[in-house]
Amino acid sequence: MNYLVGAFKPPCNIFISFADGRNRRQVPLKKENGKTVMAALFQNQENIVGEVVIEPIHGKKVEHNGVKIELLGQIELYFDRGNFYDFTSLVRELDVPGELYERKTYPFEFSTVEMPHESYNGVNVRLRYVLKVTVSRNYVRNIVEYQDFVVRNYTPPPSINNSIKMEVGIEDCLHIEFEYSKSKYHLKDVIIGKIYFLLVRIKLKNMELEIRRRESTGSGPNTYVETETLAKFELMDGAPVRGESIPIRLFLSPYELTPTYRNINNKFSVKYYLNLVLVDEEDRRYFKQQEITMYRILETS
Amino acid sequence: MIADGVEDEEKWLAAGIAGLQQNAFYMHRALDSNNLRDALKYSAQMLSELRTSRLSPHKYYELYMRAFDELRKLEVFFKEETRRGCSIVDLYELVQHAGNILPRLYLLCTVGSVYIKSKEAPAKDVLKDLVEMCRGIQHPVRGLFLRSYLAQVSRDKLPDIGSEYEGDADTVVDAVEFVLQNFTEMNKLWVRMQHQGAAREKEKREKERSELRDLVGKNLHVLSQIEGIDLDMYKDTVLPRVLEQVVNCKDEIAQYYLMDCIIQVFPDEYHLQTLDVLLGAFPQLQPTVDIKTVLSRLMERLSNYAASSADVLPEFLQVEAFAKLNNAIGKVIEAQPDMPILGVIILYSSLLTFTLHVHPDRLDYADQVLGACVKKLSGKGKLEGNKTTKQIVALLSAPLDKYDIVTALKLSNYPRVLEYLDTETNKVMATVIIQSIMKNKTRISTADRVEALFELIKGLIKDLDGAVLDEVDEDDFKEEQNSVARLIQLLHNDDPEEMFKIICTVRKHILGGGPKRLPFTVPSLVFSSLKLVRQLQGQEENPFGEEESTTPKKIFQLLNQTVETLSNIPAPELALQLYLQCAEAANDCDLEPVAYEFFTQAYILYEEEISDSRAQVTAIHLIIGTLQRMHVFGVENRDTLTHKATGYSAKLLKKPDQCRAVYACSHLFWVDDQDNVKDGERVLLCLKRALRIANAAQQTSNAARGNTGSVTLFVEILNKYLYFFEKGNPHINVAAIQSLVELVTTEMHSETSALDPAANAFFASTLRYIEFQKQKGGAVGEKYEPIKA
Repeated sequence: MNYLVGAFKPPCNIFISFADGRNRRQVPLKKENGKTVMAALFQNQENIVGEVVIEPIHGKKVEHNGVKIELLGQIELYFDRGNFYDFTSLVRELDVPGELYERKTYPFEFSTVEMPHESYNGVNVRLRYVLKVTVSRNYVRNIVEYQDFVVRNYTPPPSINNSIKMEVGIEDCLHIEFEYSKSKYHLKDVIIGKIYFLLVRIKLKNMELEIRRRESTGSGPNTYVETETLAKFELMDGAPVRGESIPIRLFLSPYELTPTYRNINNKFSVKYYLNLVLVDEEDRRYFKQQEITMYRILETS
Repeated sequence: MIADGVEDEEKWLAAGIAGLQQNAFYMHRALDSNNLRDALKYSAQMLSELRTSRLSPHKYYELYMRAFDELRKLEVFFKEETRRGCSIVDLYELVQHAGNILPRLYLLCTVGSVYIKSKEAPAKDVLKDLVEMCRGIQHPVRGLFLRSYLAQVSRDKLPDIGSEYEGDADTVVDAVEFVLQNFTEMNKLWVRMQHQGAAREKEKREKERSELRDLVGKNLHVLSQIEGIDLDMYKDTVLPRVLEQVVNCKDEIAQYYLMDCIIQVFPDEYHLQTLDVLLGAFPQLQPTVDIKTVLSRLMERLSNYAASSADVLPEFLQVEAFAKLNNAIGKVIEAQPDMPILGVIILYSSLLTFTLHVHPDRLDYADQVLGACVKKLSGKGKLEGNKTTKQIVALLSAPLDKYDIVTALKLSNYPRVLEYLDTETNKVMATVIIQSIMKNKTRISTADRVEALFELIKGLIKDLDGAVLDEVDEDDFKEEQNSVARLIQLLHNDDPEEMFKIICTVRKHILGGGPKRLPFTVPSLVFSSLKLVRQLQGQEENPFGEEESTTPKKIFQLLNQTVETLSNIPAPELALQLYLQCAEAANDCDLEPVAYEFFTQAYILYEEEISDSRAQVTAIHLIIGTLQRMHVFGVENRDTLTHKATGYSAKLLKKPDQCRAVYACSHLFWVDDQDNVKDGERVLLCLKRALRIANAAQQTSNAARGNTGSVTLFVEILNKYLYFFEKGNPHINVAAIQSLVELVTTEMHSETSALDPAANAFFASTLRYIEFQKQKGGAVGEKYEPIKA
């Protein structure tokens, strides 16, 4: 079959590169085939500048109906795989119809591009940014090349960041009061808090704090909700008695978290929860889930 | 599948150790290759073995120690890591990423130790963070070990005075705060153990707890090692905080152990200065806590402290240690109504020891203690139980060790405590008192004191109510009574008047002693009296000629009555001996009628009471011996007495006894230093009679057994002949001796006589003596010359 593959090989190679590609930060990006590649990192309203190089395979001429580059922001819902919803779409024409005989370089620029949403790879949804170069041809398939890049948006620390404080319990059985110092955390933040035992009549075995991500996709009757536990962090070992207070200190940096995404283009949401779980000696679990808001701050390092 | 629990535990321990070692191996590899990530991963896995709940504290400790050793290596690695440029702060965060809390906290403590050493943050902040974070372990055993690890790694990093970690921000206060907090938390965990798990496993749990107690106590030890804790800080912070925890935990085991710990680890000087606070805690403890032991240890320590140097004594006075202790004991006893009487006695006995050491001059204190003790004992009846009595003996012995009995007798409550003893203990106590007197050679020299003393030891002197004598071991009884006898000998006053009073007092007491005791006590008293007689005898007549004064005569009257009691028991042999002793003393005092009376008594006893033939032999020899030495008698009296004695001799049952008594009687007629008693004829008569009896004895023997028996008697008589011959008795002549020698020689070679090497040797010696005397020459030699051996 090799010759067949060779036969249908595109007659030219297309390279897409960014102008500041050497200096720009690269972050890992998981592709749909499961492989992780490094991709350039951008944020909202940045200029995306670069060039496209088209290099016909030696001696072949490429006849085309024009060359264009598109910048696409797409949401792909996995229950509707392959169907991309473009929330951003910009086009630059690079060349009028004609013939290419030799390597040709086309600079391109998209200025202050609106990229309000971050790249995201979820369980049921993917949001990606991609540059798409199309060499249009008659009768035969267009030659298309993609270049992914990653968008991350930084937000300033919230001006209001209340603590989460709550008393919960089962009557005459277990009463606890817990407190997390903040309700909004950045991705490298630390969760500080404590649990105060007001009443303990059950034999507890341990207590842990879970970080859960709740991804909901679709809308209306077609809503899919997927919950993942990203962290299980043991807070306490053994059975406390009334009056004990147990400290919480959970560093978020080891976990792969994203900011909270609320209703991205009516397609999906990603929310984070802290789940406090108390396990008794018979392995019954008592838990209380609290939503926290995650945000991304500009990393100085 | 139900295997033995212990076996299972061994298995689990082995599995734990295996897991630990395996991960330790990977950890070492990571350390060697400077791979921090792997080092953290494997060390956390290694420490996960400590999460087990299956091991008893004892086995868990084994596992813990292995992990501890590994963590030392890790700590060194962390130190190197920071030197290689890894920020300690990052490291401190990194270890906290571990998902399981127990490994996380062990790692945190390990890094924390390096953190403090790096001085990048104030020691107190790190310490505070560590001790706070450790709250996450609420499981008692795991928590105790973790916190013990924390205590261990932080020990040398406390911001103590003079420590390198002391700074502007870090003071000894922080060090104390840290240790106190760790202590409090550990104690809480330790106490909690008691309330977890099934009720039927209580015993096992208590055993496990006692295995763990040193982990808790170590904190107090660390506190005591902090240089910066001066008296003020101890008084204001350390002690109140520790006591608060001890009192509030309301746990019997913890309270007992920790109070003891406090007493043992902190300096005595501090205890003395904080007595109020310390003692104030005792009544607040649980009613079941063994306070007595703790409190008595405190007093013991303070006593030793007082004994260590005279300089510290003013401190004791200044803080009124005695009053405070006394008060506290009262309160404790009140607070613990169920405390057995043993506890009460232990407490008071410790207090007594204390006051004796600290305030030897304050007899009233000691009396107060005894008084308080009496108060507690009253209404409880006689004390019973081995331990209790032992303890009370200790209580009562304490003053005797410190003072002599004379001083102790001044303690008015002393006899009152004795009243609560049962008979047996009373005796023990009496023995102790006597021993103390003998050991200290105490002189008890007034009748009053003797009276008091005998009141104390009355357990030995007479049968107390309800005493069952048959149970008494014969040897013990003898021992006791001998000691009483010795005691009587020790009572002495140089003043005859007082001495006489003492004798009367003793007599009064011992006469009630009953037949078993009198044979022990009476002789002692008799000899003590005779000693007084001798003393008086050396003196001139009382220059004032007072009628009232003590005279030998008076004493003899008393003696006569005293000895008489023995004959009533009956103990005639003993009485006879004593009569003879008295007679001899009277003889020395030139009191003929008295001496005669004593002899009469002795004779009466001989005739009426002494029927055993062996006893008769002994008695007759005693009589003869004593009578021989008497010089006070006039001819008539002497004749009567000697006549009687000779008569008794001849009437003895066995011929050899008769023979020997009769030849002994010969001495009654010949006293060297008394010229009026040199009746050679009667001597000869006695000897001849002895010979006759000896002959008769041989014949009896021949008739009964077919041989003539020993010639010993003849040899003995020969010796008597020689004695009197030498003394110049004119009636003893060479011929008589010669014939006797021949008689013996013949007898010895006769076929009918039995072989008796002893007799042969005796005879040979006698002959040698004759030869020897011959060779001496001079008057003696001449005298012997005619005798042919």
